[in-house]
Amino acid sequence: MTSAAQEADTNVSTLESPGAEAIPEPKKFAMVASKGGLDEVYPVLIMGSTAAALGWDVRVFCTFYGLDLVNKKRQKKLKVSAVGNAASPPPINGLEFKVPTIIGMLPGMNFVATWMLKNWMKSSNLPSFEEFYETCVESGVKFYACVTTLGVMNVDMDDIVEGASCLGAAAFLDFASEADVALFI
Amino acid sequence: MTVQMEADKVLDCTDLLCPIPVIKTAQAIKEIEVGQILHMIATDPGAPPDMEAWSRQTGHELVGNTEEDGKYLFWFKRTR
Repeated sequence: MTSAAQEADTNVSTLESPGAEAIPEPKKFAMVASKGGLDEVYPVLIMGSTAAALGWDVRVFCTFYGLDLVNKKRQKKLKVSAVGNAASPPPINGLEFKVPTIIGMLPGMNFVATWMLKNWMKSSNLPSFEEFYETCVESGVKFYACVTTLGVMNVDMDDIVEGASCLGAAAFLDFASEADVALFI
Repeated sequence: MTVQMEADKVLDCTDLLCPIPVIKTAQAIKEIEVGQILHMIATDPGAPPDMEAWSRQTGHELVGNTEEDGKYLFWFKRTR
């Protein structure tokens, strides 16, 4: 046997060694992000970054208002709506209090609700949206901009953050059909 | 019960809520060599089941865990 052949033989046996076999195919996680409120994108980032920490292949399809997750112009301006959430406001330090819905519609209340959520995250040592999003990207979570939403909302691909590509529903469902876990948020 | 184990790296996740201890553990395990031990400290009550799940999913072995003064202590061995 020539040395080259021996070397090739060694390479083959390395590939088939138990060590190489021990690395299993990563689990697949398909997530549809359909909402664009700051309180509504946090679960996407939490689930996505955690799944990536478990070693899973995570792909997020950003559709309708969820497109804001990957929209450069809007990503850093996500807000919490002060109206339309029957569970709001949540108890603060265990104290229940009520705010009439009509107060929520006053100018500036979305700002207040957004500020409160950001404060809660900060005081709980949880990352900001930007930090969480970065963690997701760094740990390999892939974000896709729904091609239909781009058209409907007249968003140009230039407005989509780097690293995110556009994708159609069929292509995403093709991945989702093989996924071990699928969530719609 | 007191478990004492030599660790090659210590990660303190005191006062950090889920999923940050999981994410930081996943990052820290990459900073040690295969066979070395990572010691993680957490206070999040969700940490014990979370870290067991992380170990099961990633294959990095949970070689020891205990609770001490309201803190959850874990030792993981990097396996790959």
